Amino acid sequence: MQKAAKLPERGVEMSDEKQLLRAYGDRRGDGMIQLSFTLEVAPGARAREAAKRFAELHGIHEPLVASMEEVAPGFSLFVVYGHSQHAVDLATIEVPELRTEALSREVVYARIQEKLGRKLVVVGACTGFDAHTVGIDAILNYKGFSGDKGLESYKCFEAYNLGAQVENEQLLARALAVNADAILISQIITQRNSHKENAAAFIELLNQQGLRDRFVCLLGGPRIDHKLALELGFDAGFGTGTKPGDVASYLVERLA
Amino acid sequence: MATVPVDEGKVRACRELAANIARDVQGYINQHTSVGVERTILRAYGAEGADAEGAPLVNLAVDRYKDAGLLDRGILYFVGRALLGGSRSVQEAAEALAYGDLDTGEGGPSLEEIREALRQPTIDALARIDGARDQRDALRASFPEAPAPHKYVIVATGNIWDDALQAKAAAYGGADIVAVIRATAQSLLDYVPDGATTEGFGGTFATQENFKIIRKATNEAAKEYGRYIQQTNYSSGLCMAEIAWMAAVEGLDMLLNDAMYGILFRDINPCRNFVDQYVARRIIGRAGIIINTGEDNYLTTADAVEKAHTVLASQFINEAFAHNAGVSDEKLGLGHAYEINPSIENSFLFELSQAQLIRQIFPQHPIKWMPPTKFKTGDIFQSHVHDAMFNLVGVMTNQSIELLGMFSEAIHNPMLMDRFLSLKATKYVFNTAKDFGDEIEFKKDGIVAKRAVQVLDEALELLQTVEKETIWGAIARGDFADVKRLRDGGKGYKGVVARHPEYLNPLLSLLEGDAKGGEAAGTGG
Repeated sequence: MQKAAKLPERGVEMSDEKQLLRAYGDRRGDGMIQLSFTLEVAPGARAREAAKRFAELHGIHEPLVASMEEVAPGFSLFVVYGHSQHAVDLATIEVPELRTEALSREVVYARIQEKLGRKLVVVGACTGFDAHTVGIDAILNYKGFSGDKGLESYKCFEAYNLGAQVENEQLLARALAVNADAILISQIITQRNSHKENAAAFIELLNQQGLRDRFVCLLGGPRIDHKLALELGFDAGFGTGTKPGDVASYLVERLA
Repeated sequence: MATVPVDEGKVRACRELAANIARDVQGYINQHTSVGVERTILRAYGAEGADAEGAPLVNLAVDRYKDAGLLDRGILYFVGRALLGGSRSVQEAAEALAYGDLDTGEGGPSLEEIREALRQPTIDALARIDGARDQRDALRASFPEAPAPHKYVIVATGNIWDDALQAKAAAYGGADIVAVIRATAQSLLDYVPDGATTEGFGGTFATQENFKIIRKATNEAAKEYGRYIQQTNYSSGLCMAEIAWMAAVEGLDMLLNDAMYGILFRDINPCRNFVDQYVARRIIGRAGIIINTGEDNYLTTADAVEKAHTVLASQFINEAFAHNAGVSDEKLGLGHAYEINPSIENSFLFELSQAQLIRQIFPQHPIKWMPPTKFKTGDIFQSHVHDAMFNLVGVMTNQSIELLGMFSEAIHNPMLMDRFLSLKATKYVFNTAKDFGDEIEFKKDGIVAKRAVQVLDEALELLQTVEKETIWGAIARGDFADVKRLRDGGKGYKGVVARHPEYLNPLLSLLEGDAKGGEAAGTGG
């Protein structure tokens, strides 16, 4: 048996410059993963074998079909465990990361007071067809989310929440009218990539009117990350679990 | 059975206050109509179809008379005149209104002659609603009644044909009720699209043809599995009344329908919303459709601990509006939800308390119990447990209709397997704890009992304030869901029209029976 001491910490295998990551189940390097999927076939011996081969095609060694159940006539749900043969080289990965350290309310207030000497104006909306305001409400409304109060609750922010199904033109007009420093767009609906299209269209609108540099533009939503937001032309992206304080801190870092 | 203390005197006081609040609005409703209402009536008399660009005939006809400042008499006034002037059917009359010479309504036949011309079409319009209701009820009666809570799941593919497939799969998995989630853009469209649709964001468009397709699929599933499958859609937004009528004639069982939801969550103009909800509910009442009100949504924007009483207060108000429109308690599915922050100590007890309180205050009502959504994350494993706790409250407190939670709630619209696993888990909890609620009692002066007393007290207090301020004032102040709306703000206000003293709407008069709105009482209260 190999001595565990030969392996570096945290399941990262070092060989020269490489940092290979494997899935961790019960023992370092075992590559153990679980997956569940549905195939359009009724349960049976052939279906089980099909699930096994399907898993093998995904690089899973010694797949164990732990469960096979008919979830609709002619459809089976499988739960499979097995050893993934794949490893990811951490050394090759570069991801733009947002600073995550949240500033305290006092620091946020003090810096805006000191650097701007006025309130920081923020306008937010769910754009396009999107009617789901949970995200934008959590960030902007006084109540906030899970104990972290929204930007409305800060004395140093002037926050406008335009709500749902706001057209890009409407949002821009409002941002200009209130002389906004930052624009927050929330996108939850993701069918056929509508979240990306709506968001990109807003940046396009700003570019057409030569206004892109006038605002800091933030994008948020469950399928949004910083990398995607940058690709779509935003300044920053915020995903699931973002608290109002994270957004406040980012804006202060950028603007004050 | 485990009950919470309920002061019946306070409940009566809440109902009286809610009745006063609704009566105040009913005065306004009885003096107004809207483009949505008139389109509904025109459809009910048989006008259908759309032009090459997709504009429905009823929109073209009604908008034309609205723009000419003539809609105050009611579209039927002009339909009657067209029938007397040579149109051989309501369809032809509607086409004449849309494309022919504008009829200014001056001269010509007397009001009595117009009424007479509309007599048979009115009988036919009512018979169509009644016929669809009877047909649906007969089919339903041929299957055994499912035990409560009824398991309600949604399908939301955007494509009606995929919806049909998934609805059947849901029936296989044990669903009692299937709702087709509507495309999110639709609530703000001031027309109902025509025909079957295969593209929609966040859901599938509500159209009459789509209703037919999904109804057919669930009826097939019912025959296959020996269980009736109830069919649900959305009577909300700017076409609330038209969709109510479509649902009525296509044999739907349930509709999401709320007296205030559109105002609060879709920024629909309050006047428009109140006028439309009245006519929608008149049709719904006649069709014997169960409505699901939207109080659960309050807790997604406001805090579920601090604002629990706003849910109860709104339920009383929704009930009063529904009674005014002839909807009986047995068809009044008041909504509420399991949305308290799960990290709060004893939050399960608060949920239990509220669910039991509402069950007791509204004993005849098919209460709609909604799952956690706000605090769901991508952790599907934790989410599945969260839903199990929600299910336990549902079965303990004997909720009537339970919308099942999905472990993938925070990620995507439910997939085939998500729905199946949710149904499987729910069946387990419902079965394993079937008589739990009957076996226990809540401690007198315990957390559950005290919480129930507090929520009812606060609801009573809020209703007293709302009665004083009127509903218009309360909504403007943000009393519900922390959302503020102004009487002349929001979408669709332009579509509201003050009725002429001789406003003509024989179908609505028939639906009202002898009781004008505001006087027709439900069975409770």
